[in-house]
Amino acid sequence: MIRRNHEQARAGLERRAFLKASVVASGGLLIGFHFPAIGALASAQPSSTETFMPNAFVRIGTDERVTVIVNHSEMGQGVYTSLPMLLADELDADWSKVGFEPAPVDPKYNHPAFGMQMTGGSSSVWSGLEQFRQAGAAARAMLIAAAAQQWNVDASACRTESGAVLNGSRRLTYGHLAAAAAKVTPPEHVQLKDPKNFKLIGKPIKRLDTPPKLNGTAEFGIDVKLPGMITAVIARPPIFGAKMKSFDDTKARSMPGVRKVVAVPAGVAVIADTFWQAKVARDALRVEWDEGSMRDFDTTKLMQDFRERAKTPGASVRKDGDADSALASAAKKVEVVYEVPYLSHLMMEPLNCTVDLRADSCEVWTGSQFQTVDRANAAKVAGLPPEKVQLHTTFLGGGFGRRANPQSDFVVEAVHVAKAAGVPIKVIWTREDDMAGGWYRPAFLHAIAGGVDASGNAVSWRSRLVGQSIMAGTPFAAAMMKGKAYDPASVEGVDDLPYAIPNIAVESHQAEVNVPVQWLRSVGHSHTAFAVECFVDELAALAQKDPYQFRRAMLQKQPRHLGVLDLAAQKAGWDKPLPKGMGRGIAVHFAFGSYSAHVAEVSITDGQVRVHRMVCAIDCGEYVNPGIIAAQTEGGAIFGASAALFQELTFENGRLQQTNFHTFPVLRMNECPEIETHIVDNHEKAGGIGEPGVPCAAPAIANAIFAVTGKRIRRLPIRMTEAI
Amino acid sequence: MTGFSVNGKRVNLDVDPSTPLLWVIREQLGLTGTKYGCGMAQCGACTVHINGEAVRSCVAPVSRAEGKAVTTIEGLSPDLSNPLQRAWLEEDVPQCGYCQSGQLMSAAVLLREKPKPSDEDIDEAMTGNICRCGTYPRIRRAIHRAAEMVAKGGAR
Repeated sequence: MIRRNHEQARAGLERRAFLKASVVASGGLLIGFHFPAIGALASAQPSSTETFMPNAFVRIGTDERVTVIVNHSEMGQGVYTSLPMLLADELDADWSKVGFEPAPVDPKYNHPAFGMQMTGGSSSVWSGLEQFRQAGAAARAMLIAAAAQQWNVDASACRTESGAVLNGSRRLTYGHLAAAAAKVTPPEHVQLKDPKNFKLIGKPIKRLDTPPKLNGTAEFGIDVKLPGMITAVIARPPIFGAKMKSFDDTKARSMPGVRKVVAVPAGVAVIADTFWQAKVARDALRVEWDEGSMRDFDTTKLMQDFRERAKTPGASVRKDGDADSALASAAKKVEVVYEVPYLSHLMMEPLNCTVDLRADSCEVWTGSQFQTVDRANAAKVAGLPPEKVQLHTTFLGGGFGRRANPQSDFVVEAVHVAKAAGVPIKVIWTREDDMAGGWYRPAFLHAIAGGVDASGNAVSWRSRLVGQSIMAGTPFAAAMMKGKAYDPASVEGVDDLPYAIPNIAVESHQAEVNVPVQWLRSVGHSHTAFAVECFVDELAALAQKDPYQFRRAMLQKQPRHLGVLDLAAQKAGWDKPLPKGMGRGIAVHFAFGSYSAHVAEVSITDGQVRVHRMVCAIDCGEYVNPGIIAAQTEGGAIFGASAALFQELTFENGRLQQTNFHTFPVLRMNECPEIETHIVDNHEKAGGIGEPGVPCAAPAIANAIFAVTGKRIRRLPIRMTEAI
Repeated sequence: MTGFSVNGKRVNLDVDPSTPLLWVIREQLGLTGTKYGCGMAQCGACTVHINGEAVRSCVAPVSRAEGKAVTTIEGLSPDLSNPLQRAWLEEDVPQCGYCQSGQLMSAAVLLREKPKPSDEDIDEAMTGNICRCGTYPRIRRAIHRAAEMVAKGGAR
């Protein structure tokens, strides 16, 4: 948990922001963290007339409710709980009175590290640590000042506890003090708590967003209702890059409820009173497409091309020593190829977006991970300045990166449809639309060669990767790809190979394919960990060493890798025998500031892999909510296992071959292993938690299959018929 | 006209009888707790009860509900007093939460039919409900916990 002292935290405040106050029309007070570079004054409006809003992140009502305004999207990862915990702890709030509210789009809610309002990169908690603690501490100081004034005592004689200021036997609740606190000059500096006094931070506090998710009241984008709203379903190109030539809507137009059929850049939109009417009419459309250059696209052929490219050197990413010479002189060597397919994010809630477009305003409701970008892109299509576009962030029925689209595809098309509709419109993607809509995790090939010396020590490692760039063409490309002949997101997780091997070469081939690709939960690590950790296992076998001990020996200078590796091995009982027919596999990986290790136990019956147990160790440094960390680690392991066991997107004749959950399966209850999570408790800098649980699942499972069968899995998803 | 009851209230609708019950519930009746996930009875997010039986409403034509009693998540217990909802709270089950209405509706039928479900019973009853966030281990624990609550007299 967090042990960073308040001196460090205070320095952070002085460095980054100062408090600015202003009286708002309601009589309440508003204080914003005033970022000089942005110069935006806090402007979120209090929701009631009697409200103390000491800064952009918290509002305290006379009814004692403490509402924390959260600038990150809730997509299951727990930010509507962990970020309020930070603020509420510093505020000494009564947790039973604490609620959350999604932030509107405004520069003051920008991601402190990434400079735009967004949720991604497993960064919400570490980037919000100081911001939310400071906001809570500032509010607390003002409430104390108000009480001290009322009692005519010095502020230092007052203390706070569970939503009230106390002085001797006197007590005033925050709700009582709200109006007076609104007139207090906000503090220049705030004193953050000594971590030993935390009441919430570091504890497995239950999530605040659970109740509405159990009785149907949680509002996801697809649930938004507006007066007069109708629905649209779009006939989309069957092949990437295909263009609509013509369409025949004779039948569709005559169907019940259909209001309009209209060509939009995304395809042909059918606008009807209800979703089902729109969907049925959409299916009755006859659209002719100019199929374009991707009409022969075939993923089998693509992977053959990747294999050919991997035979030549790529752009150098890392070069330690001379991997080729060391390989040539190695006592034993192995050279193999790992392949992973395109993957769909497959959020349970298919993409959707609701738009109310007026002459001089535009309101958008959607589950967005990319508010700044989405608002700007919506404004362009609406022909309005961004300030005239209000984007409401709903709950996200899963995100996994898909709802952070650099082109705001699902928002932009909805604004186009709204223009044609003339009334509030919700565009809903069917599951099939969502799966075929692109922006996938790119397919990748890793050609890896390695060798060991006569004593079984690894002496050479050469990884050549082939795959599409995710960053190219995004707002992050300029910063991330500057001066590089490769995309860091393609090679993350192999460029920082942690093992003590004297000769390492990492090379990258960037493939140009007209399939839209995007970050999917754990991004590059979703494939690099598979290739790297399976290959380490292959080297261990070559050296005739235990795969855990082989890793240990090469991680002596990597204490945090070693820490999670040992923890997972120990908790899994690595040295204890398993029943016949079962085997264990291990993997360790660093991603998004956190270290993770998994041990998987599997058996194989009639060619079917069964994962019985996964033991996960996670070191994410300072942490806020261990309950959420465990949930994210379990969920990450299952997400990774689903991809490893079942998932691939394939194309033939330019057309996607998978359509829905039956052809792109997700792990189900009866297939779910027992999962246990062990969290390392330390003082290290906070890392991420949404993604680090994913990468180790596939290699741990594949390595366990080797332990049972002596056969290697080198292509995902796992097929025992392909085991070598 | 199609007539049936939803969460105890009688409704009469003028709707194409082939329309899936899911969309009638969501759009005509405004009960959006029941979710669309796949449209082909693959994921279970749309699970409701018709006369107490778990049904994937995305493939059930509304005509199937004619004269029957439909229960949606909104009817399970709005005040979260159902033992399953209480157990879901105690185990902190949901992540994104989108599938949980369907998970709860499937679990409700399981508990009614098998008050002390085994892990195998849970597998059988819950395998039709996909959770992309991976809350299965917690759902399993919560079902066992709810069963204990009911056994100890904690039922509604």
